[in-house]
Amino acid sequence: MSLDSDLTRQSAATLATAIARKEVSSEEVTRAHLDRIAQVDSRIHAFLHVDAEASLSQARLVDAKLAQGVLLSPLAGVPIALKDLVATKGVPTTCGSRILEGWRPPYNATIVEKLMAAGVVSLGKTNMDEFAMGSSTEHSGYGPTHNPWDLDRIPGGSGGGSAAAIASFEAPLAIGTDTGGSIRQPAAVTGTVGVKPTYGGVSRYGIVALASSLDQAGPCARDVMDTALLHSVIAGHDPRDSTSINAPVPDFVAAALNADVRGMKIGVIRELQGDGFQSGVLERFNQSLDILTELGAEIVEVSCPHFHYALGAYYLILPSEASSNLARFDGMRFGIRVDDGNDRSVEQVMSATREKGFGAEVKRRIMLGTYALSSGYYDAYYGQAQRIRTLINRDFAAAFATVDVLVSPTSPTTAFKIGEKLEDPLSMYLNDIATIPVNLAGNCAMSLPIGLAPEDGLPVGLQIIAPAMADTLLYRVGSALESALVDRWGGLLISEAPSL
Amino acid sequence: MTTQYESVIAEFDPIIGIETHIELGTNSKMFCSCSAQFGGDPNTHVCPVCLGMPGSMPVVNRAAVESTIRMGLALNCSIVPWCRFARKNYFYPDMPKNYQISQYDEPLCINGYLDVTVATANGPQVFRVDIERVHMEEDTGKLLHAGGAGRIHGATHSLVDYNRAGIPLIEVVTKPILGTGDLAPDVAKAYVAQLRDLMRALGVSDVRMEEGSLRCDVNVSLSRPGEEWGTRTETKNVNSLRSVERAVRTEMLRQADRLRAGDRITQETRHFNEGTGDTTSGRSKEGAEDYRYFPEPDLVPIAPSKEWIEELRATLPEIPSVRRARLQRDWGVSEFDMQSLVNAGALELIVASIDAGVQPAAARKWWTGELTRVANERSCELEELTVTPNDIVQIENLIAAGELTDKMARSVFEGLLQGEGTVADIVHQRGLIVVNDDASLIAAITAALADSPDVAEKIHSGKIAAAGAIVGAVMKATHGQADAARVRTLLLEHLGIKE
Repeated sequence: MSLDSDLTRQSAATLATAIARKEVSSEEVTRAHLDRIAQVDSRIHAFLHVDAEASLSQARLVDAKLAQGVLLSPLAGVPIALKDLVATKGVPTTCGSRILEGWRPPYNATIVEKLMAAGVVSLGKTNMDEFAMGSSTEHSGYGPTHNPWDLDRIPGGSGGGSAAAIASFEAPLAIGTDTGGSIRQPAAVTGTVGVKPTYGGVSRYGIVALASSLDQAGPCARDVMDTALLHSVIAGHDPRDSTSINAPVPDFVAAALNADVRGMKIGVIRELQGDGFQSGVLERFNQSLDILTELGAEIVEVSCPHFHYALGAYYLILPSEASSNLARFDGMRFGIRVDDGNDRSVEQVMSATREKGFGAEVKRRIMLGTYALSSGYYDAYYGQAQRIRTLINRDFAAAFATVDVLVSPTSPTTAFKIGEKLEDPLSMYLNDIATIPVNLAGNCAMSLPIGLAPEDGLPVGLQIIAPAMADTLLYRVGSALESALVDRWGGLLISEAPSL
Repeated sequence: MTTQYESVIAEFDPIIGIETHIELGTNSKMFCSCSAQFGGDPNTHVCPVCLGMPGSMPVVNRAAVESTIRMGLALNCSIVPWCRFARKNYFYPDMPKNYQISQYDEPLCINGYLDVTVATANGPQVFRVDIERVHMEEDTGKLLHAGGAGRIHGATHSLVDYNRAGIPLIEVVTKPILGTGDLAPDVAKAYVAQLRDLMRALGVSDVRMEEGSLRCDVNVSLSRPGEEWGTRTETKNVNSLRSVERAVRTEMLRQADRLRAGDRITQETRHFNEGTGDTTSGRSKEGAEDYRYFPEPDLVPIAPSKEWIEELRATLPEIPSVRRARLQRDWGVSEFDMQSLVNAGALELIVASIDAGVQPAAARKWWTGELTRVANERSCELEELTVTPNDIVQIENLIAAGELTDKMARSVFEGLLQGEGTVADIVHQRGLIVVNDDASLIAAITAALADSPDVAEKIHSGKIAAAGAIVGAVMKATHGQADAARVRTLLLEHLGIKE
C-alpha cells in the first residue's frame, strides 16, 4: 500500500499488513484515527466516549509485542470502535441511556477480551439508540448521530454510531449488535458493510441485553474482507454464554477470498419488494440481481408467506424480553439514582430513577412488553408471537431447501431526515421489515452497499441471508458482488461520500 | 369436654399443602462460580453474574441439576425429558436482576410421593403425600435494616448483602393433602421432617434450619364434609418443624372461627409469628402480583438423557423408610419406641452417635431421655441443643472407664447444655471424680448402716432390695461421686451376704 496516503482511508486488512511489516506502527495508525475523530466527530457525533491516552497506550503495547516478534492476530494493531452496550472494564458504558450515566463496568465482555488478545485497539464507545431500541440513533439519551453522507439525515440504528464512525473514516472497524437489523440497516444507509452472525456464533456475555433471544453482536467495516477478519476474531464458543454455539469457527476469510457464485442458486424473497420500498432502492437491487446473474448465479423467486407477521411477532417478543432485561435498572446498584432525600421509599426511588433515566421509546417498549407478558395475555401475545417465529423458521427452511442464499434490499428506504419519523413509531419500525425475520429465525445475514439511489444520491444496501451456521456463504456471495461493483465504480462506494 | 381444636375437627375437614424451599449444598452458586457457602463478609461471594450486572449471563450449575434429579428420584418423581428455566419478574431490592430465574410450567421433576409416618394413639399411621413437582431456582440477597430499631419499619436505611443471591434452591411442592383430619398439623410436621432427612441422606443439603436453609410455605383450607374445598391461605416463611405444626393448627382454628361467624376466607398470604404462634395477613392474592413468567432466553433447555438419570439413580442411598425399618430391627426396639424417637428428631443423632462408637442402647437412652426432655422444655429441636454425638462418645467412654457415674454424666450434660465448655472442661470445673477408694466407701457404708440399724436386719432376713436405701445414703454422702454398683457390692460383702 502507499502509506503516503491518509491512514484513515485504508482498510483494516491493509493497515494490519503494514503494521505487521512494521511499515507503520499501531500507535501511528491509532493516532491518525484519534486525530480524525477530533477533527470531524463534533459534526458526526458517532462517539460517546473516547480516551485517546488509553487507546495510544494499548497501541504501544501491541507495537512492543510486534517488536518482540509476537503477531497477535491478522488484525493486530488496528483500531476499532465499540458500540456502547459492550461492557468494557473501567470504561463508561451507557447503552445510550441516561440511566447508566457514570457506570463503569467491573468486567469485560467476552468479545472485548478476544479483541484485546488479538491486539485490536479500542478507540472508544459509539452512540446508539437507547438500549438499542430504534432505527435512527435519534433515541440516544445523548443526542443523535449524523449520517456522513448528509448530516441532516439519520445514520440508521440502533448502531448508528458504529456505522457512522466507519463511514466517516474515524475507525476502520466497529462492533455492532443486531436484534432486528441494528447492524445491517445502519450499514445500508451509510454505505458500509455489516454482518449479523448466526445466533450463538458470537458470545453475548457482557453485551447488555435488549432481547436475549434475538441479540447478536457482529462486525462492521467498509468492505467484506474486513468484516470477515473481524468476525474471525470475535466468533467462537464461550462457556459463559450457554446459548453460544459449541462448534469450530468456520473460515470466514477463506470464504471471502472464494468470491465465486457460479452455479449458486440465489432466492429473491417475493414478500420483500414492491409496496413500501423506495423506487431507487428497488432499482439498485434489481441491478445487483443482474450482476449476480452475470457472475454465474441463478436467480429464482421464493415465497416466505409468514414474513408478513414478522414485524408484529417481533414487536411482542422484543418488548417482552426487554421489559424483563431492563428491570435491573432501578437506581440500586449502578448508574443514576434519583432520590430527593425526603425519606423516599424504595419504590419511589426506583420509579423516579426510571422516570428520569429512561427515554420515551424505552418506556414505550417496557410498557408493551409488561402488558404482553401479563397473566391472561401471555398466550394471546407472547405465546402467539413464538408460534409465528416457528412459522418463519419453516419459511426459511423451505426456501433454503431450494436455494443457497436469499437476497433482499436491506432497508426499504435510504436514510431519512433526522426528526422525520420521530413522532411515528410504526413507520420507524417498518424500516426493519426486511431484517427482522433473520433475527426471529436465528440465522445469519450481511448488508453491503450496492450503489446510490438515483432520486436522492444516498447509499442503498443489499441483504444476503444464509442458513444458520452457514455464515461463510455470506462472505462468498458478498465478496463476489462487492468485487464486481468495485470494478464498475473503480473503488468502494464509500469513497464517493462527501469529505467532511 | 372437647377442646376447641377437637370441635374444629368435628365440623371441618382440613386440606393442607406445603411448598418447601431448600438451599442445596453445592460448592458454587446456581448460575455462576461464586462460593455458595453460608456467611462470609457481606458482598464477598459475588461477581457480575450474581450481582445482575448489565451484560452478565447465567450458566447452569450441573451439580445443582444432579442434586435436583436425585431428590426427584428419591421422591419417586418422573424426571422430564426436557425442561426450561423461566423468569419470575418482580421488583425488590434484594433481587439483583429484578427477576428470579426459576422454573414455572416446566419443572424438572413431576408426580412423585413421600410416605410419611405419624404416631397416633392407635400406633403409627402412614400417609402418602403426593408430590406435584420439584424444581430449581436461585435464592435472593438479604436485606439488613439499619438505623431506628433495626426493623423494616422505622429503619433509616437498608443494606443489601448479595452473598446469598444465586445460591441454588430446590422447591418441593406437594399436591393437596386430603384426609388427614385431626392429624393435619402432625402430618405437615412429619412430612417436612422426612423431607429434611431425605435431603441429608442424599447429601444434597445439610439443611441447617437455624440458618434458614429450609423454608416452608404452608397452605391450609377448611371445608365442611361434602362441601367444595374451602378458600386457602398461604402462610409464608415457616422455618422450623415445630412452627410448621403450629402454623397449620393456628390457621385451622382461625379459619374455623371466621367460617362459623359466616365470614369468607380471603385468599391471601399470611405471615407466621414465631413468638406468638399467630398468623397475620400479608398481601391479598386477589390483587395478585403478576410475575409475568416467560422462558429464560439466556439459558438453553435442560434435557437429561436416560443414561444420566440412571447413573444418578444408582447413586441413591437406602431410602429413609427402608433404612428406618432396618435400624429398628438392628436395635431391637418396638415400633412405638422407634416412632417416638423419630418424632423427637433423635434418629439421625442416635445414628451419628452409634457411628461415632457409642452402644445403640446408650445412644438411645441419652437422646430420647434427658436430652429430649430439655429440648421439649426449651421448645427447640434436639439438634439445636449444644450437645453433639461426639460429646456422647466421650461421656460414654468415661463411664466405661469407671471415671464417671451415671449421675455424674447427667451433670456433664447439664454443663454442656449450659454451654460450660467441652466434656473435659466440665468434668474438671465441676470436680466430677468418681470415689473409687473402697476404704472410704466402706466407711460411708458403716456410717449409713449405723444411721438405719433396721436395714441391716431386713437384708439379713432376705430382703436384699432394702440395700437400696443404704446405697442411696452412700451416694448422697459422696455427692453422687461413687459408683452405685460398687457400693452395693461392698455393702453386701460387708454384711457377709452372697447373692
